[in-house]
Amino acid sequence: MKICVLVKEVPDAAVEKRMDPNTKRIDRSGEKNLNPFDTHAIEAAMQVKEGGIVDVDEVVAVTMGPETAVRALHKAVSLGADRSVHLTDPSLAGSDCCATGYALARVLEQEAPDLVLLGQQSDDGECYTMGAIIADHLRMPSLTQVIKMDVQEGSLRCERQAEYGYDTVEIDLPAVISVGDAINEPRYPSLKAIMGAKKKPLESKSTADAAIETDRVGEPGSQTAVLAINPPPAKQAGEIIEDEDTDETIQKIMSWMDERKLLA
Amino acid sequence: MSGILTYALHYQGAFNKNSLGAVSEGARLAQQLGVESAAVVVGGDDVTEEMCASLGQYGAQKVFRANAPEGLGAPVVDVMATLIQERGYRYALFGGGLLGFEIGAGLTARLRAGVTMEVTRVKVQDGKLVAERPILQDSAIVDSGYVNEPGIIIGRLNAFEISPAADGASAEVETLDVQLSEWSTKARMVQRGEQRGEQVNIEDADVLVAGGRGLGKAEGFEMAEELAEALGGAVAATRAVVDAGWYSYSAQIGQTGKTVAPKLYLAAGISGAIQHKVGMQASENIVAINKDPNAPIFEFSDLGVVGDLNKILPKLTAAVKAAKGG
Ligand SMILES: Cc1cc2nc3c(=O)[nH]c(=O)nc-3n(C[C@H](O)[C@H](O)[C@H](O)COP(=O)(O)OP(=O)(O)OC[C@H]3O[C@@H](n4cnc5c(N)ncnc54)[C@H](O)[C@@H]3O)c2cc1C
Repeated sequence: MKICVLVKEVPDAAVEKRMDPNTKRIDRSGEKNLNPFDTHAIEAAMQVKEGGIVDVDEVVAVTMGPETAVRALHKAVSLGADRSVHLTDPSLAGSDCCATGYALARVLEQEAPDLVLLGQQSDDGECYTMGAIIADHLRMPSLTQVIKMDVQEGSLRCERQAEYGYDTVEIDLPAVISVGDAINEPRYPSLKAIMGAKKKPLESKSTADAAIETDRVGEPGSQTAVLAINPPPAKQAGEIIEDEDTDETIQKIMSWMDERKLLA
Repeated sequence: MSGILTYALHYQGAFNKNSLGAVSEGARLAQQLGVESAAVVVGGDDVTEEMCASLGQYGAQKVFRANAPEGLGAPVVDVMATLIQERGYRYALFGGGLLGFEIGAGLTARLRAGVTMEVTRVKVQDGKLVAERPILQDSAIVDSGYVNEPGIIIGRLNAFEISPAADGASAEVETLDVQLSEWSTKARMVQRGEQRGEQVNIEDADVLVAGGRGLGKAEGFEMAEELAEALGGAVAATRAVVDAGWYSYSAQIGQTGKTVAPKLYLAAGISGAIQHKVGMQASENIVAINKDPNAPIFEFSDLGVVGDLNKILPKLTAAVKAAKGG
């Protein structure tokens, strides 16, 4: 069995993100982290591999992004992936969800995995649709927000929370699964794994290598257009108390609540 | 003329509130565009003609009833893609939740259609729809337009208001037979809607003490329960702690949980993710205790307390008890 894990490089959570007013794209300069949600997908792959129920030949990390995105791949490999594939091409810049899903699906088609795993969302784009987009391109069944995944020969038994409670779904392989962050506790990479990550095979692919029709990607191939970026409606800023002396803090909270008649 | 096709999710004989909001929104937009508003209902024998026709009360003119498994995305993608391709619907619309995201995403791939998710408002500009979508923790709002049609619009939880159109209005119902794609049948629902944990009522409480991962462990909820009891309220939770088995699903606020608007909502150890915020932002007074001064919840709380909840909660409980003379 072969598992592909989709990963993404995102801006560090501590860095304030913004839209670039000229390009109308998220300013991704200074990005330097593997999307934290993706570490759960890698961990899920490693648990399948180490679980012994099915034979996993390899775990391949796949990303699409500029040159710097190799850092996300190195991190993924340090967490256990055997090799990685980097789809990178200037023509991909500015791709929307529809275009990105198409491009990643083409790369995955060439890899022909039995299982595609990805995180529940990206930390920056706040989009949780990628798994379902890719699955339809690959003509595979899919499920998102999975918090428990049991592998059997040829199928998966998954649990996830939807609108009405928890669903249990059985899915035939090959399949695309996006995992929720409750599915596992990702391991930390060992120092040895971090040092060795750069030596593992990393293949760089252009759109031509992946047989991607370039008129379907990038800004020209995108189906949505950012027409304007506006500030949200102004909202009065809340009061902030820094807790230094807890008794004093409690007094402040109490009088705040009392003023609003919340203690009646 | 074919116009807007809205997906109406249902469970145990009732339509989802967010779907009804979307049907109302679809009707409003269709009227502005001068096109037909239609809805699609997927399911088995549980979907009656009467139930489908009742969507007319929310403004749907036409309702398609398709016999296919409900609860999973792909079969609905098959149904809606067929309708859009054969009848020329210009937009597909979904209310907030989870399934709509999966279906909308599938349609995006199948029809090479533009998609905008987490939409809070839709407007008509030059005879086309433009979707407003907050991004970057709601610090900016993007106007998203569609280069081609069809366009896919996935609403944020509670973005679209339910507005009954006309009492007793009934929609024309058409039953469809749709060929499911091969991969749609490869996912099978084994159990749907399992309730984990005990049943609690958080929707009618005036005061909610909501606990998140910051409570550290299941036992951490005892502190929240004690404060809630002192305040005369109930305890609520985030998905993170419900998924972890620390608290009951019926107490969960947010995108795949409950929507609440108490007089006082007090968050302890909750980061304030959008998917949580959408279920409680209408609360009258929002208080947040979080040790991280950069936690997003401080962006929308009326009173933010930066500190360790382990130190603050027990003392706050004692103070509330004392103030109430208990
Ligand atoms: C499709 C989808 C649907 C979702 N639906 C929902 C939903 O319905 N409801 C929901 O809630 N979420 C939902 N989520 C998940 C959501 O994105 C967040 O992951 C979740 O709300 C986070 O829960 P949390 O705040 O408890 O945990 P975290 O985000 O981990 O936050 C914990 C917070 O506790 C603070 N903290 C830690 N220790 C202390 C301490 N000692 N004192 C004070 N503060 C402390 C930390 O600073 C942190 O801010 C959904 C996600 C997706 C993708």
